[in-house]
Amino acid sequence: MRKLLKYLVHYKLQSVLAPLFKLLEACFELFVPIIVAAIIDKGIGEGAGAGYIINACLILVALGAVGLAAAVAAQYFAARAAVGFSKELRHDLFKKMQGLSYSQIDALGTPRMITRMTSDVNQLQTGVNLVLRLFMRSPFIVFGAMIMAYVLDTAAGNVFAISIAVLCVAVFAIMLVSIPLYRKSQTRLDGITAASRETLTGARVLRAFCKEDDEVTSFRKKNASLTRSQLFVGRISALMNPLTYAIINVSIIALLYTGAIRVEQGAITQGTVVALYNYMSQILVELIKLANLIITVTKSFACAGRIAEILELPSEDLSGVPQTSSQNSSVISGEPVLGEPVLGEPVLGEPVLCEPVFGEPSVGAGGRTTPFIEFDSVSVNYGDAEMNALDDITFSVERGETVGIIGGTGAGKTTLINLIPRFYGACSGKVLINGVNVEEIDGQALRDMCGIAPQKAVLFGGTVRENMQWGKAGATDEEILKALDTAQAREVVEGKSGGLDEPVEQGGKNFSGGQRQRLTVARALVKRPQILILDDSSSALDYATDARLRKALKNLDYDPTVFIVSQRTSSIRHADKIIVLDGGRAVGIGTHDELLKTCEVYREIHYSQYKKEGA
Amino acid sequence: MSKATPRTSNIQNPQTPNRRSTFLRVLKQLKRYKFMLVLTILFALVSVACTLAVPIFFGRAVDLVGEIIAAPASGINQSTFSAIFTEFAVTGGLIALACLSQWLTGVLNNRIAYNTVRDIRDEAFSHLQKLPLKFIDSHPVGDIVGRMIADVDQFCDGLLMGFTQLFTGVLTILGTLVIMLVINWIIALVVVVVTPLSLFVAKFIASRTYSLFKRASQIRGEQTAFIDEMVGNLKVVKAFSHEDENLEKFDGVNERLEKASLKSIFYSSLVNPSTRFINSIVYALVILTGALMLAFATPLPMVFTVGKLTGLLSYANQYTKPFNEISGVVAELQNALACAGRIYEVIDEPCEAPDPSNAQELEEVKGDVQFDGVSFSYSPEKKLIEDLNLQVNAGQRIAIVGPTGCGKTTLINLLMRFYDPQKGEIRVDGVPALDVTRKSLRSNYGMVLQETWLKNCTVRENIAMGKAGATEEEIVAAAKAAHAHNFIKQLKGGYNAVIAEDGGNLSQGQKQLLCIARIMLALPPMLILDEATSSIDTRTERRIQDAFATLMLGRTSFIVAHRLSTIQEADLILVMKDGAIIERGKHEELLAKGGFYAELYNSQFAV
Repeated sequence: MRKLLKYLVHYKLQSVLAPLFKLLEACFELFVPIIVAAIIDKGIGEGAGAGYIINACLILVALGAVGLAAAVAAQYFAARAAVGFSKELRHDLFKKMQGLSYSQIDALGTPRMITRMTSDVNQLQTGVNLVLRLFMRSPFIVFGAMIMAYVLDTAAGNVFAISIAVLCVAVFAIMLVSIPLYRKSQTRLDGITAASRETLTGARVLRAFCKEDDEVTSFRKKNASLTRSQLFVGRISALMNPLTYAIINVSIIALLYTGAIRVEQGAITQGTVVALYNYMSQILVELIKLANLIITVTKSFACAGRIAEILELPSEDLSGVPQTSSQNSSVISGEPVLGEPVLGEPVLGEPVLCEPVFGEPSVGAGGRTTPFIEFDSVSVNYGDAEMNALDDITFSVERGETVGIIGGTGAGKTTLINLIPRFYGACSGKVLINGVNVEEIDGQALRDMCGIAPQKAVLFGGTVRENMQWGKAGATDEEILKALDTAQAREVVEGKSGGLDEPVEQGGKNFSGGQRQRLTVARALVKRPQILILDDSSSALDYATDARLRKALKNLDYDPTVFIVSQRTSSIRHADKIIVLDGGRAVGIGTHDELLKTCEVYREIHYSQYKKEGA
Repeated sequence: MSKATPRTSNIQNPQTPNRRSTFLRVLKQLKRYKFMLVLTILFALVSVACTLAVPIFFGRAVDLVGEIIAAPASGINQSTFSAIFTEFAVTGGLIALACLSQWLTGVLNNRIAYNTVRDIRDEAFSHLQKLPLKFIDSHPVGDIVGRMIADVDQFCDGLLMGFTQLFTGVLTILGTLVIMLVINWIIALVVVVVTPLSLFVAKFIASRTYSLFKRASQIRGEQTAFIDEMVGNLKVVKAFSHEDENLEKFDGVNERLEKASLKSIFYSSLVNPSTRFINSIVYALVILTGALMLAFATPLPMVFTVGKLTGLLSYANQYTKPFNEISGVVAELQNALACAGRIYEVIDEPCEAPDPSNAQELEEVKGDVQFDGVSFSYSPEKKLIEDLNLQVNAGQRIAIVGPTGCGKTTLINLLMRFYDPQKGEIRVDGVPALDVTRKSLRSNYGMVLQETWLKNCTVRENIAMGKAGATEEEIVAAAKAAHAHNFIKQLKGGYNAVIAEDGGNLSQGQKQLLCIARIMLALPPMLILDEATSSIDTRTERRIQDAFATLMLGRTSFIVAHRLSTIQEADLILVMKDGAIIERGKHEELLAKGGFYAELYNSQFAV
């Protein structure tokens, strides 16, 4: 929570003024019983006259009016601070989330991130608002009333002190007992929710296995246990009202009795007794408010903790500053020179601005030709898994080549291609582009080089044009149409009445799976990337369209280096190089024909898809 | 709050209940608990009566205090003190009675509300089991679950509040009014005249803030949708380096949200201070009139004392409070009725037509399946399957291919009787499918769908779904046959590992293997495999194909597949397009024919 306090810094004034004005309002309220006492003692008892009574009543109204003004000011400042707080928090949180690395995103999970951004922040906003309004007022009235009682009469003050203590114990005991019970019944309610959802999503399977009756039986059981726990906690929290009522009224009895004795002793008057009686009535309402405030604050604290957890995560380091000094890497200067290999001394601590528009491969110091992309015994392990997701992968790719990557689910295909734009880092080994370790390349520049069509074909709400411009900000219609042509997606756009202005619903729901795939390929092509990565982007395409797409990619005038991930050999059989992955290891690297001869796994995959044809 | 926002209703019944009929229905629902209802009303009466009586006795005590003469230890106040003690004794009794009856009302109210809610949920859930697939397919799961959970909860809250606050509130207002009139009708009149002002102010503010709230929640919805979209696809966002543009857009919405929430929060928070102000005016007026009467001791038409004035003050306070509460409760109740209406809509959805009373139990099926002039479509405007005729002999392997939307899945829906044809007849072993019980028909099919579904329970229970009372050996054998045994062993807990909701902790392929294991255990006479191996990698798939091949021996099988290699060995290939079978025959025949199938098949070898 303390970490989040800084979001109130811009609203310091409001955060101080809100409780202060509330305090003012409370003060005015505390004057009321004294004035009433004066009216009774002086106005009635001593016959001070109608003028006195009328004046006193006018003061009462004036106190109310001033109180109202103070309250309005307080509510405004509190709302202003709370709303501003949550705005800045949301901004930072969103920014932070966008700065997380792929592995952090994996670890957090989308639903959690969305809950943090929405309901947790909202809850926190309510908490801040309520705290600013009430945390001064309620205790002030409760203890203020007690102090006033002590001022009026010590004995009466003692009665107040004892009743407040007893009230606190009762209220908080009930809350302490019932809150965990409420949480328990909430868990049971979640169970009911899950069961309802499940019975709907699984309706076909459940009916196919004739499980309807079992479903009903198990639901009834869960439902009954929910009701039981609700009733149990209900019985306890139903104690709150009667118990506090009893305590307050018994206290009033004690107060009147003490008052009677003190009057007999000549220490106080009847009016004072009435004032004390009124103070006692004020306490209860505020104490209940305080209890509710504490519940809300506890909840908000939990939310704040969860939000702080995310804010404390380190952001992805895109700077390209090498963590360890690596001396042997040639560094590409910011000034690209066409057709000329650029060599340079390593400049430590300075990110490499990678704008490598090379026509020719660079030549390393040893005279050896530096390949465009090189994997040097790369291993990747997600967290603490027993098996490496990628294990000791070594291969190199020349500019303009097409690389096919094939393997079963979980073989490491997506992991491999995600290493190139440095979405994940290698645990050991190096990924080099033009001989430079990707860790040392400015992340933004690196990602600008790559055009990616991810496995999950997502489009975003907006128009087709806006989606295409994700690839390249401000891309012209001509550029977009060209990319669409290559991706075999022109017909998709032309089939829609709006053309490039056709609205895309969130997630692209108004396009079919195959259409989305082609559009995401086009999106990756718009910026004419040097490295094009297609992660299983043709799985929903029929064979003919898939073939046309591959042909169009081959004929691109800017000759990108292409990585194609696929499950089917037909998509990659014409690649210059095919990498066969199995359980994170490269079990074969070569061309289609070579692999058919040498690689058992590849053969098995291929023949399972083409039984008759053979090679 | 958010629950109260009107949801677009997409369950529409011809007899959509109006508020009145919903109300009557709720009353009917409560009938089971009428005894408790009577009791709770009785207890509420007692507690209100006691609560109202207590200030009278306190007032008397205050008056007695006024009679005490300041003379310590003189003993002259002896009788006054004993009179005060009598008042205290009575008050103590009243307080005890009020507490007890208050608590009992609370407990009874809980019991009525929670039990009613349980009844409704049970009813709704068992109704879901009987609803036609058509309803489930055409309504978002979230909507139905929302009705079952959030709406019912809201209804429960409304019911509880209605019982606890509405009833006691009305009683308190009436009781207070009567008592005030009895004590001093002049002051009572003052209170009655001025109080509505506070209600008016509260209403005025509420009506003004409603549109502000709507605006704020609309912008919040917009923001949530944006977060949902961008955070949900964060990897893509990052891959395209679109973070800055997103943040800019986000800030725009955020800015608007800030302005709108400030307005709605500020204006709505004015209700409390304003009503408090009005109440303090009432308070001042009561004191003014009361004090003037007492000070000038004009011949009053009633006996009036300081004690009575104190009593009146607390009554005046009590009198205004329930008004504010009641206006809240009425809104809550209206909302609760709307919620009840929504869940009743689900309960009132017509069920699947029950099996005819003379329906046969389908046993020992050989596996002949006939489609005789079957026509079916999901909506009358869009024709799908028309006059389909098909004869499948026992033990045959039927492959169905064709582009998406051609009716492959529909065929399965009809076979399983998830949907019934509008025209024509499907016969199994010569018996019309409509003449057998759904359960016996379905248990003769083993179905594996592309969209895997696993229950949120253990792996063992999921596999055992295929066969009630299966032994451990049978389950393991089935898992082995489905090539699932090895990965199950690797799960934490093995066969006792609990599968997360939506199978989150398993890969798509693993989920499919478990679904296949279910079938391997059930060993039904007929099989339906809809892209059953689409998510399994090709090597495992090949091994499973062998297991399937054994399984399919002697079993009528319907196979929908994307990968043409898996269907080449079928006895009959049906090529579907736009709901019609455009080609049928064996692989070689169809290839030789050079039609749609041949085109589809050859395209996979194109460069």
